[in-house]
Amino acid sequence: MKHIKTITRHKIGGCGECQTSVGNQSCENK
Amino acid sequence: MERIHKFQLNNKNIILDINSGAVHIVDKLVWDIIDLYENNKFEEIIRMLYNQYETQDIKEAYEEIQVLIEEGLLFSDDLYVNDFNYNQDNIVKALCLHIAHDCNLRCAYCFASQGDFSGDRLLMSSEVGKKALDFLVKSSGSRVNLEVDFFGGEPMMNFEVVKELIKYGREIELKNNKKFRFTITTNGLLLNDENMNFINENMDNVVLSLDGRKEINDYMRPTLNGEGSYDIIVPKFLNFVKLRSNKSYYIRGTFTSKNLDFSKDVLALNKAGFNTISVEPVVASREKDYALLEQHLDKILSEYEELSKEYIRLKQEGKGFDFFHFMIDLNQGPCFIKKIVGCGAGVEYLAVTPEGHLYPCHQFVGDEDFKIGDVFEGVKNNKLINKFKNANIYSKNECKECWAKFYCSGGCHANAYNFNKDINKPYSIECEMQKKRVECAISVQANISKEE
Repeated sequence: MKHIKTITRHKIGGCGECQTSVGNQSCENK
Repeated sequence: MERIHKFQLNNKNIILDINSGAVHIVDKLVWDIIDLYENNKFEEIIRMLYNQYETQDIKEAYEEIQVLIEEGLLFSDDLYVNDFNYNQDNIVKALCLHIAHDCNLRCAYCFASQGDFSGDRLLMSSEVGKKALDFLVKSSGSRVNLEVDFFGGEPMMNFEVVKELIKYGREIELKNNKKFRFTITTNGLLLNDENMNFINENMDNVVLSLDGRKEINDYMRPTLNGEGSYDIIVPKFLNFVKLRSNKSYYIRGTFTSKNLDFSKDVLALNKAGFNTISVEPVVASREKDYALLEQHLDKILSEYEELSKEYIRLKQEGKGFDFFHFMIDLNQGPCFIKKIVGCGAGVEYLAVTPEGHLYPCHQFVGDEDFKIGDVFEGVKNNKLINKFKNANIYSKNECKECWAKFYCSGGCHANAYNFNKDINKPYSIECEMQKKRVECAISVQANISKEE
């Protein structure tokens, strides 16, 4: 695209095995 | 509500598609078209912009916007997932053990009232600690990964019990198919080679309290005899971090109205030799002379922007470090459920006092209205648990309409209660700071990421 650069292309949980904390933690269950 | 959020920061025009999480860097033309797009036909947009841009360029930009809309990456709708049955089985998976309600510093801003949480100075016994671990195992259902944070006060003042509890935890985790993740928060005064080695062998993460520049730290964090703590602590922390090798740590400072230029403290901590840094706003009632108030907000927000500029420069020069709030994983992040419910305080995560009483989190300890049970007989106040369970971004009016809700997850319950007496009414100063941090974090990615 000439006018727009997309750097990332929420919907994609709840197993509860991740650390308690939010924004910078990534789900390992990808 | 708005479906996109656009902002300009660090030489980028950025458009966030709120509900999908897609992030776009756009030129001036798209920046102008996007405001007109939803309420005007293509011909009208041409008419409005033909004085500024070539018609062919407007057509190209318009078509690019259309492609992204078709792909669900622009103007996407809110999923409004609110029937997800969060933690139906009342599982508890994390405890904050207040191993010591006592401290060897006298930090002016301490929310724990210099360590004793406005009560008697107390140390947790190993019996209470073991009961807490038993309670956690029993309450954790099918969860495997459990967390225990040693907190205070200053937990190193009761380190023999810490060691005993880790040993006990390792014994019971095997029998119960669990895995404990231990962490500790310390001011560092009592660190020595022996206990540092023990912590490094047994703790997944350590949070090391230090405020930044020496004069800032020593003003707020004096020792019991009123002297500064910086020169005692920094050499210990540097040694500790070196010994930890690749294991994680955070240097964690606090800024107040006395150092609104806190970006200098973040950079000073980096210059002192630390690479994972967090400097957070003080939580204090309005009458304190160091409290953060509405009139400080403009300066605080511009300070985050200043910090993000320098942060990007250092990253691009290969001298970067990690600042807690600028680390954002735009490609994944936590799962959707976690984005909605936030930290889990009062539901999956509880705090335990030295006597064994249970509270929704460490910030509520000492407020009798929030006592929810104890480690001997378990949770008694299910009404309170349900109140926390139902507090999420779709139950809070301010959050429902907010562009940052999927990154902030509704903010801190304790701040909401402390300032508004309602865990469902977010603390507005915190909201503004969090929104600015998210903008800064996205702008960092916009400057260092490649196109997808």
